[in-house]
Amino acid sequence: MSVTTMPERPPVTPEHAVFLLREMLRIRRFEEKAAEMYSLGKIHGFLHLYIGEEATGVGSMQAFTPDDAIVATYREHGHALARGMPARVLMAEMYGKVTGCSHGHGGSMHFFDTNRRFYGGYAIVGGGLPIAIGLALADQMQNRQAITACYFGDGAVAEGEFHESLNLAALWKLPVVFLCENNLYAMGTALERHQAQTDISRKAAVYGLSASAVDGMDVLAVEAATREAAASVRGGKGPYLLELRTYRFRAHSMADPDLYRTKEEIAEWKKRDPIVLFQNRLRESGMLTDEIVARIEAEVGDEIGQAVQFAEESPREPVEDLLKEVGGQNRS
Amino acid sequence: MSRTITLIEAVNEALSQEMERDDRVFLLGEDIGLSGGVFKATDGLLAKFGQERVLDTPLAEGAIIAAAIGSSMVGWRPVAEIQFADFITPATDQIIQQASKLRYRSAGGFTCPITIRVCCGGGGGSGLYHSQENAAWFAHEPGLKIVMPSTAYDAKGMLLAAIRDPDPVIFFEHKRLYRTVKDEVPEGDYTVPIGPAAVRREGRDLTILTYGSLTQPSLNAAADLSARNIEAEVIEIRTLAPLDKETILHSVRKTSKVLIVHEDKRTMGIGAELAAIVSEEAFEDLDGPIVRVTGPDVPAIPFAPPLDKAWQVDTHMIVAAAEKLAAY
Ligand SMILES: Cc1ncc(C[n+]2csc(CCOP(=O)(O)OP(=O)(O)O)c2C)c(N)n1
Ligand SMILES: [Mg+2]
Repeated sequence: MSVTTMPERPPVTPEHAVFLLREMLRIRRFEEKAAEMYSLGKIHGFLHLYIGEEATGVGSMQAFTPDDAIVATYREHGHALARGMPARVLMAEMYGKVTGCSHGHGGSMHFFDTNRRFYGGYAIVGGGLPIAIGLALADQMQNRQAITACYFGDGAVAEGEFHESLNLAALWKLPVVFLCENNLYAMGTALERHQAQTDISRKAAVYGLSASAVDGMDVLAVEAATREAAASVRGGKGPYLLELRTYRFRAHSMADPDLYRTKEEIAEWKKRDPIVLFQNRLRESGMLTDEIVARIEAEVGDEIGQAVQFAEESPREPVEDLLKEVGGQNRS
Repeated sequence: MSRTITLIEAVNEALSQEMERDDRVFLLGEDIGLSGGVFKATDGLLAKFGQERVLDTPLAEGAIIAAAIGSSMVGWRPVAEIQFADFITPATDQIIQQASKLRYRSAGGFTCPITIRVCCGGGGGSGLYHSQENAAWFAHEPGLKIVMPSTAYDAKGMLLAAIRDPDPVIFFEHKRLYRTVKDEVPEGDYTVPIGPAAVRREGRDLTILTYGSLTQPSLNAAADLSARNIEAEVIEIRTLAPLDKETILHSVRKTSKVLIVHEDKRTMGIGAELAAIVSEEAFEDLDGPIVRVTGPDVPAIPFAPPLDKAWQVDTHMIVAAAEKLAAY
């Protein structure tokens, strides 16, 4: 088990570097706006922000092709954006509008996109893992080259589904990359209070999976590690567990008073803000200027602004549709 | 001495007092200790009783319930929390296959004195997986007792009764009632027995059978109806298993008309069982069809506000159905 650390020189072209930065900023600004709209009462229900974890979603998503399948968690705004789902259909979903990706049925935790093989957010923690097994099994049975990326948090590792899924994936040599976004907390429960073995990547070994862990605040390291994991899976070596070590800067949800960790701990992690780290690094290597940053920010700002406008102006699903797409028998 | 407290305060007080009274009582669940629970139902109990008796668990509902079952077999009195009723599914195997059948399959050798506190219910815009009111899933299983109080008084008294009960009790706490319901609760020890329904309002023209979040709207409807010269009797089925047939049938014989009102989905629900009991045992007394006003058969409550609202049963719907029924 190795922790991939930041390489000395970024093996990255300026175009790709700017692209990664831009992707992370899209998520950050999207969520800041969502939080603002939540406090204005435009978005209701539960809202779980990914802020601080952008490098894990953006870096890892680079390793997957449009043919690959993505299974996300319930904290999935970042995964959806990085997968290419338009900000406006996500914002509309969070507003509960009919133009949202799930017609407003699901809200923030239940993004789906059939065209992009984005197989959903899962609000039942751990629920997505065995679904990933099914997706990968189907691809394998059809001799498709596609692989499945399955994201989940450190908390999900305690559910039986994690263990059932790792075993099945290894037993059947299924093409799955399991991506554990370990942000050190499951709601208010710290990792060492919910896991006896806190090195999650080590859990893979007993099931016969390859595994590694990577600094989740370093977008390039995440990308490199995920490419390696994906290559191993594509090469027929069976499933792979990649642990992305990260931290959420915001509370578990908008309703969480965040009293279970110290301000100092949060401040310490914020020094490793993945966006700031990456920007500094690019500036040092001469790939980034104030001008470029300003341009990206302006473009991202426009995109998010338009997403909000789209969500605001979109209609709601008609009430008569309450019983549409229920499936099953016709009921009374 | 009594004072007015909220339903959630009543839950907290019952837990605290029973832990003081009985060393065998301990709590386990996700974020119940350090954080005091997502809704703060267990607030302060870790500080008071220590981590030997207030156990924060990993995210593992099956193991939470199974650990409760195992410890109860050797005399402990565990109270497990399921944070949202929607997350109970990983534990249903343990509840349905183990807890409900333990007494029967050991021919009484073991009982299973566990209490499972489940926060349930919708209407708050919380969406698909934070809103379900799924008591009916469990009401189908003999061996389980199921309660759902709608007053703070009953919450405390029934929770104390549940913890002391020799059989597994699923104790549903409706999240919308946690802080909106406030009533007189004695400071000291008392129990409200599991089983009996409560006649909340007397009337001669029809019987409304209801429970949980729709108890108050049913009472509001009864007040409206009274202004239109229809006197509805409102019975709160605060224990869903076992059902208090006597109180139900007694009322039906008096009014001859039955309106069943519940939040949960309709098909194969609690209302269906109530209707079957009434038609089997009081058919001759009926002067009209047995009518249900329930949540619609959608798999989970949608997030979008208008759909969330359309899904909810409200006072108007109860009044309208009651007026129609009364006209028979
Ligand atoms: C089966 C289930 N149990 C409990 C919950 C409540 N819950 C929601 S998120 C969460 C913590 C999840 O932690 P983790 O998997 O680490 O993801 P993170 O929130 O850190 O992204 C819990 C306990 C749930 N949604 N589903
Ligand atoms: Mg976590």
